[in-house]
Amino acid sequence: MPFIPHTENDIKEMLATIGVDHIDALFDEIPSELRCGELDAIPPGMPEMEVSRLMQMRARADGQPLCFIGAGAYDHHIPAAVWELTTRGEFYTAYTPYQAEASQGTLQLLYEYQSMMTALTGMDVSNASLYDGASALAEAVLMAVRGNRKSKSKRILLPRNLHPTYRRVVHTIVRNQQIELVEVGYDRVTGSIDHAELERYSGEDFAALVIPQPNFFGILEAVDELTNWAHDNGMLAIAVVNPMAMAILRPAGEWGDLGADICCGEGQPLGAPVSSGGPYFGFLCSTDKLVRQMPGRIIGKTVDLDGKIGYALTLQAREQHIRRSKATSNICTNQGLMVTAATIHMTLMGGEGLQRVAAASHANTGKLTQALTSLPGVETVFKGAVFHEQVLRLPIEVTKALRALAAHNVLGGFDLSDDYPELGDAVLVCATELRNEDDIENYRGKLERVIQSQVQTPCQLKPDW
Amino acid sequence: MIYEHSRVGRRAMAQAPSEKVEMAGIPDAMLRASQPPLPEVSEMQAVRHFTRLSQKNFSIDTQFYPLGSCTMKYNPRACNTLASLPGMLSRHPLAPDTHSQGFMACLYELQDILKIVTGMHAVSLTPAAGAQGEFAGVAMIRAYHDARGDKERSEILVPDAAHGTNPASAVMCGYKAREIPTGSDGDIDIEALKSALGPQTAGIMLTNPSTVGVFERRIKEIAELVHAAGGLLYYDGANLNAILGKVRPGDMGFDVIHMNLHKTFSTPHGGGGPGAGPVGVSKRLEPYLPIPMVDFDGNDYRWLTEQDRPDSIGRLSAFAGNAGVLIRAYIYARLLGREGMHRVSEYSTLNANYLLKRLMEAGFDAAYPERRASHEFILTLKKQAKELGVNTMDFAKRLLDYGVHAPTTYFPLLVPECLLVEPTETEAKEDLDRFVEIMQTIKQEAESQPEMVKQAPHTMPVRRLDDVRAARELDLAWKPGA
Repeated sequence: MPFIPHTENDIKEMLATIGVDHIDALFDEIPSELRCGELDAIPPGMPEMEVSRLMQMRARADGQPLCFIGAGAYDHHIPAAVWELTTRGEFYTAYTPYQAEASQGTLQLLYEYQSMMTALTGMDVSNASLYDGASALAEAVLMAVRGNRKSKSKRILLPRNLHPTYRRVVHTIVRNQQIELVEVGYDRVTGSIDHAELERYSGEDFAALVIPQPNFFGILEAVDELTNWAHDNGMLAIAVVNPMAMAILRPAGEWGDLGADICCGEGQPLGAPVSSGGPYFGFLCSTDKLVRQMPGRIIGKTVDLDGKIGYALTLQAREQHIRRSKATSNICTNQGLMVTAATIHMTLMGGEGLQRVAAASHANTGKLTQALTSLPGVETVFKGAVFHEQVLRLPIEVTKALRALAAHNVLGGFDLSDDYPELGDAVLVCATELRNEDDIENYRGKLERVIQSQVQTPCQLKPDW
Repeated sequence: MIYEHSRVGRRAMAQAPSEKVEMAGIPDAMLRASQPPLPEVSEMQAVRHFTRLSQKNFSIDTQFYPLGSCTMKYNPRACNTLASLPGMLSRHPLAPDTHSQGFMACLYELQDILKIVTGMHAVSLTPAAGAQGEFAGVAMIRAYHDARGDKERSEILVPDAAHGTNPASAVMCGYKAREIPTGSDGDIDIEALKSALGPQTAGIMLTNPSTVGVFERRIKEIAELVHAAGGLLYYDGANLNAILGKVRPGDMGFDVIHMNLHKTFSTPHGGGGPGAGPVGVSKRLEPYLPIPMVDFDGNDYRWLTEQDRPDSIGRLSAFAGNAGVLIRAYIYARLLGREGMHRVSEYSTLNANYLLKRLMEAGFDAAYPERRASHEFILTLKKQAKELGVNTMDFAKRLLDYGVHAPTTYFPLLVPECLLVEPTETEAKEDLDRFVEIMQTIKQEAESQPEMVKQAPHTMPVRRLDDVRAARELDLAWKPGA
């Protein structure tokens, strides 16, 4: 029996000790009319070698296309040591460090993680992870509503150039608490938050302004101005950042005169493979002042009976297992293993390594933009400076173009036509440090052919603005 | 601390691009003035540091880990190896369906397997953990009532023994959580339930077997009462391991459930996660399931999104939840097959009842001695605490010295001085016997040298920690110059 060690003899002895004749007797408290029969519709078990064959086939079926999609998940190099260490059984098969003395490995690692995240974001404190970037933003919004002492408002300003799925997730998670999300548009020329539109809300009561850096279009926002504006209007500033960008851009804790109040985002670029969208991890950092409003696990440094340094879960009175219905969040299980990988990843890369990756990704996206805009009719949509993504407009229908490219094993970017129809045939492209010049040329050549083959058909649509 | 190995200019040179290119086109004012203060160490220093840290952990791979309610069973290595195949790891979440058929086939089949094993009408895999599954479940209950114009329902009932996530999830969905007491036999107090039910009842959240480790025998009656009051039943799948292939939440009358794949389907606990908390529903809640889900038309798999499912409560994460965890659970389910699923409940229940019987024979008190244990059971050390002055926490800490992770302590809150013990099906009889011997030894130590037990642990990397200081003199991050 796979994974079950019992011998016939064990079973006999154990049943005799319990005082029953057969295992099924142990289920005698379940009313018999509720019992289910055999699970015939589930296939029978397979030995490891057969499951292995099946999974190899499934993995191969999806090919390994050349990918220029970013849009919230970024393909970066991960040092071999990261997952070698992360999948050590002592990390992989431990659980939440409830018994601190027997969990110092995980606890110290999480403390080191918190230290590195505060170093990267310039914030005072970090929690030990949330599920992903989108749900971390939802928690940040709830935290801001609880934590803004100047405002009792349950309204939040959420820019339209924030990741569309993040906006949907925030809506799902906060809507039943009567929190209102007010959308702020973007400037059609620069691609950044429309400051004139924002100014219309000046003097109104909001709990927080959400500031992405970079925003979904890859464009860098005027974070100082936005942070100061939020503070001048009694709002908290919630930064949603790419942690890789934080290696090279001014960190959220240094935005404006006072710094952002909360900084959250998707941790995936720090050591997690893109792997179909998860598991990743959400990070959440804040000022000292807001630490008691934080959701999730937090690790503190302390001493033991002998005065020796040790680490423990702390401020647990915020959490559901203590505070129940009055907890800051319902989160229990988080993304511990992904944070283990991220901590090792940041250690191996160091500040210099992350900066090189960030700079190389920025440069490669620049090269990609240059190569693609050399094609007739392909142009950048926005004028603003970017981190490592760019919005391009194509001279042909974008959905068809991407499908044609995919047929040639190039994933040409994220189709913006559903979420931002006002942009016309726009695609969001990304080239990390892993896409080299051959890859870029491969994309350019294929797009050229796709355009040539489709431009004859009268499908050229210009946006109507 | 890793920062202690850090020296300016030292780096793991092989790991980054070989040169730093200019950040062209970005105004200087937007750039960071100095490098982020991360550790600067060599690759070997990092490897040694984190290997040594790992060695300070108890884990399933190294110790018996009977942490009640967490199902710490063996995590088959094949699940990790096969979920880490290059095609699996490199697939971008926004890759088109043409490049996702293999991945989606796994998810679709997992949806089906979970549907069958729980007796539910439909399943969405997307919640990232149990608590997010609870959130999704209660949000669906709310969506159902709202769609019927039934807007006066404001309360979710939870047993007093429930996991803290239950009331916290209810509140996140805008409900009040109202507690129902547990009777002396471990079943819910039916009279109290009856008087709590009313037009304000949106639903009830139950774990079955319950958090006190016994099967709620009057579940059918409870379901009828709650349904008659217009409420819905939520099943917290924390203890699904106990009943896999024996009784299905759908047949018990539950309308919505979550499953913890990191428990029942043996995906790793990872030092705190990631988990996965798929939700299953009865027919009337099907329109509200969170998205995305996977559909199959006989030829191709495709994502179901907002367009297909306009009444969905929406999305819970940027992509499709903890995909890699789902793949591990799928692999586990294929390795087990239907016959293996029956075995999960059979041997976890056999182990729990055997261990309970042996501990009772050794002089320990069960919280519910008249009841059959499920896959876990509660001991109460009330007697030892009173007579010897050695409490449950002391026993727990002393267990660590003997190389056993402590069971869950002081939960559920209603049983004084309790240990919630869950041995799981993957432990051998001799390991259970050894646990009994250790508990007996600690009891003897508590009689002969109570101070020593109260000071335990003695052999761990640290002794008992000053939790008060940790909370009062907050030190949550190493800072340069500290």
